Amino acid sequence: MNNFGYKQAEDTREAISLIEHNETAKFVAGGTNLIDLWKYNIANPSQLIDINHLAELSEIKTLEHGGLRLGAGVKNADTAYHPVVEHQYPLLSKAILAGASAQIRNMASNGGNLLQRTRCYYFYDAEVPCNKRIPGSGCPAKDGYNRIHAILGTSEHCIAVFPSDMCVALAALDAVVNITGPTGNRSIAFADFHRLPDNRPDLDNNLKKDELITSIDLPEKGFAANYAYLKLRDRHSYAFALVSVATALELKGNTIEDVKIALGGVAHKPWRSTEAEEFLKGKAANAENFSIAADLILQGAKGFGYNEFKIKLAKKAIIRNGLMALNPESQLPGAQPSA
Amino acid sequence: MELNKTVGKSISRLEGKLKVTGAAKYAAEYKVDDLLHGYVVSSPVTKGKITKIDTSRAMAIPGVIEVLSHENRPKLAWFDLQYMDMDAPPGTVFKPLYDENILYNGQPIALVVARDFETARYASAQIDFEFEEEIFQTCLEDNLDKARPAKKGFATALKPPPPPPTGEFETAFANAAVKVESEFQHGTEHHNPIELFATTTVYEGKGKLTIYDKTQGTINNQLFVANIFGLRYKNVRVLAPFVGGAFGSGLRPQYQLFLCVMAALHLKQNVRVVLDRKQMFSFSHRPPAIQKMRFASDMNGRLTALGHEVVAETSNFEDYTEPTASWSHRLYPAPNTLFKHKIVPLDVYTPMDMRAPGGSTALHAIECTMDELSYKLKIDPLELRLINYSDVDQASKKPYTSKALRECYLQAAEKFGWKDRNPEPRSMKRGNKLVGYGMATGIWDAYQFPARVQLMMNSDGLLVVNNATTDIGTGTLTVMTQIAADELGLSLENVDFRYGDSKKPFSMFQGGSAITSSTGVAIVVAARALRKKLLKKAAEMNSSPFKKAGDEDVFFESGNMHLKKDPAVMISLKDIIAFNKGIPIKTTNMGKPHMLKLRKYSLATHSASFVEVEVDQDVGTVTVTRAVTAVAAGKIINPKTARSQILGSMIWGVSKALHEETIMDAKLGKYMNANLGEYHIPVHADIGELDVIFADEKDELINELGTKGVGEIGLVGMPAAISNAIFHATGKRIYKLPIHFDELI
Repeated sequence: MNNFGYKQAEDTREAISLIEHNETAKFVAGGTNLIDLWKYNIANPSQLIDINHLAELSEIKTLEHGGLRLGAGVKNADTAYHPVVEHQYPLLSKAILAGASAQIRNMASNGGNLLQRTRCYYFYDAEVPCNKRIPGSGCPAKDGYNRIHAILGTSEHCIAVFPSDMCVALAALDAVVNITGPTGNRSIAFADFHRLPDNRPDLDNNLKKDELITSIDLPEKGFAANYAYLKLRDRHSYAFALVSVATALELKGNTIEDVKIALGGVAHKPWRSTEAEEFLKGKAANAENFSIAADLILQGAKGFGYNEFKIKLAKKAIIRNGLMALNPESQLPGAQPSA
Repeated sequence: MELNKTVGKSISRLEGKLKVTGAAKYAAEYKVDDLLHGYVVSSPVTKGKITKIDTSRAMAIPGVIEVLSHENRPKLAWFDLQYMDMDAPPGTVFKPLYDENILYNGQPIALVVARDFETARYASAQIDFEFEEEIFQTCLEDNLDKARPAKKGFATALKPPPPPPTGEFETAFANAAVKVESEFQHGTEHHNPIELFATTTVYEGKGKLTIYDKTQGTINNQLFVANIFGLRYKNVRVLAPFVGGAFGSGLRPQYQLFLCVMAALHLKQNVRVVLDRKQMFSFSHRPPAIQKMRFASDMNGRLTALGHEVVAETSNFEDYTEPTASWSHRLYPAPNTLFKHKIVPLDVYTPMDMRAPGGSTALHAIECTMDELSYKLKIDPLELRLINYSDVDQASKKPYTSKALRECYLQAAEKFGWKDRNPEPRSMKRGNKLVGYGMATGIWDAYQFPARVQLMMNSDGLLVVNNATTDIGTGTLTVMTQIAADELGLSLENVDFRYGDSKKPFSMFQGGSAITSSTGVAIVVAARALRKKLLKKAAEMNSSPFKKAGDEDVFFESGNMHLKKDPAVMISLKDIIAFNKGIPIKTTNMGKPHMLKLRKYSLATHSASFVEVEVDQDVGTVTVTRAVTAVAAGKIINPKTARSQILGSMIWGVSKALHEETIMDAKLGKYMNANLGEYHIPVHADIGELDVIFADEKDELINELGTKGVGEIGLVGMPAAISNAIFHATGKRIYKLPIHFDELI
């Protein structure tokens, strides 16, 4: 861990101007991932710009045209337990509470959750090659121990997965990421925020170095009647998902009017399939149709040895979570499969 | 008289308040003036040579005092023997910073000493090394052709090789009516106590050192330091009053102790070295093992052949072995046996004892094989154990000093509700969950080491008890205080057990579930001597009513000595010391096992674990919903702290069965999940309802206390009970631990 400078930004404008003029500066909010990366010699910022006190980032408010704005600086725990989130967007609340530990959720910010880096073992070990850490150095995960790695959207350069739970729900809910930067404000649809590795695995997302996430907007429709988040992992809490599924259904009787399904733990970003969702629309919400949808979602899925099981597991999880969404009360804490 | 006794009562641990309020100090927490901080540089290379070290960038950082490596280290003891510790396996002890050779990944290759920890850590990344890398082997499965028996040495006494074959195993197995043959795989596990390994060395001058160290053996580490650095024993004092878990990792002095002392002597200053969590994976682990099991029985379930062949990892410099292969014969009679234990040397650090070493690995394979056999025989798994029950240890042909395993089986089965089990796999369901019941047996040695204790009765009525043992969180302080209080008829407040200090009378390291019987028996022996001295002193008083009394004619209660035949005749212990002009009366005595008597017997603790699991029928997730473990471990001094020991081990059993594994990437030759985020141990959500039963087991043969130790026995049966429950739930037998839930879909 190197010596570094520290400054509290007065407002977003100052925050942007500080980072614009220092190549090796970093924003810090909760620091729950940055400090790890720093201790492992993976991030070595020369300057920390503390954005915890920025009023513009610290609110949750309803939007005029419906929907909800989640400030980027709001803590994950405060978001999950916010009454509007709990009632209108319970899928998001459940997904957040399935992640990390109570202590980490109390510290971690919403913006930071989007920007957390992969938990690939090889990425975290500065002594071994990793294309995400040192472009062109190689990917030992491909023929290494890859139980936790991706089965969808991989490239020959990287098979890492994006670890967030919260973002799986945000992807399913069609959230929008609001950003500010030196040239003004812009918004990115959630599906376009994170990237697939392709030939630039060093880039996790489309946020530029000198940009700052200010908030995340949720559309009005929160699928509060029929939703489920299922997280499958090697222990019942405080572990990253091997496979997770967020399912949001709008039903008329047992017929699916609208549906969103997003997967976590399987790709470099939360995984959605328009084709699968289109297939389900107008169909009965049953295991058979969820199974067909699962096959559509998992088209092209490819294992690398230790993670082959994820293909079969993801299919089972998509079906089970579809059925769990029919009866949201059946869900257990920690996003475990229903009793 | 019994009313005031504390032995057998649940007493909350006496140091509990200190621990929960943070007042208890650990090795890295002592405030010391002018303290320098050392940070260890770990080798990124698995095997090879250091060809160049350039420390100029690191030395230029303000606050950096010194970088020690093999190139500039002070001269050290030359002979291997001087590096030996009490727990060293046969071979050549690893010597930090000894020469340019790198023997394993993560090996310490330099120590940066700076004014503060952060500077030392930062500077550690600013040293330029050049290496000549060599081809390495770190995968057990790929190197089975190198398997060979272990060399014998000092440590073989506690871990003897398996006994020779009996009968005609191959013929008997080939012709058996019913048989099971399978292969079990266990991965590497690291101890990972929460307290990081740390040493604070206070440089007292004139060759004198006071060392606060994380260890399970203060004297072991005192001798190690004195031998290597050529210091007088009496000038090296090692203190470890509080230990934040160790589980075996503190049985040997670890490299931070060596490096810290080296730096303190070299710089003539106080130095602290703390390892980081990743470095906690760079020494000592439970070795991966492959076990080939071949058990056979007659049609009635009587075992006819037991075959257990183990191949386990060791390092390229020491032959570490665990007691594995012969446990089945200590439980079950069979005329034909074949037991083998071989090791494969690899480019890793030497494995080390980790809670129930060998036992937890072996009993998993043994008790899963028994379960499989029970299905072939269509005999209830518990019934099969009872059919093969024996009060004689068949491996040594000696009777047990006591063995209440039958009571363990029956009491635990009753409490668990084993009779409600439908033996058919996948037959029991609860909503979306397949329900499984499984059971297994546990066995562990009942060790006793020699120990010396000093007792000192003071003028204020306080009994001081001195012994060098540590308390690694097991409740040693509390149980020793109870034993001493009862022996002298005192309340707990009037006993001060002083421990965790190499200056105190001898104790072996705290391992093998042995310390309660070791130091405890020494207290009993010393108390006998102290009572004699107190009586003798009292008899010297003018017209003392105790003049004609012998040892058997008096008893001690509530701080007084009474005549048995007339309890109203009494004298307070304070008055006896006052009569001695206020000079404390003291005695130092040795407690040791009665070898002559005990060599005719086998000594062991036993357990029976019953487990219920739920397995999700779609996605395979496993929950251990409840478990009952009954333990037969002789006299239980303190049921509360003993129960905590068993609960902790049962949770470790869940961990071993379902969670814990250190992942070795054999291409890179290093562990890839060396942190507590990715090295999984259970969290609260993984633990269901746990129940502990202590079976009544009176043992008048084993030692003066009738104790056997409870540190390890609670773990031994759990992994197999869980695996067997998972089989019952799903119909799938998984031979590899930990069991990954995805294998169950």
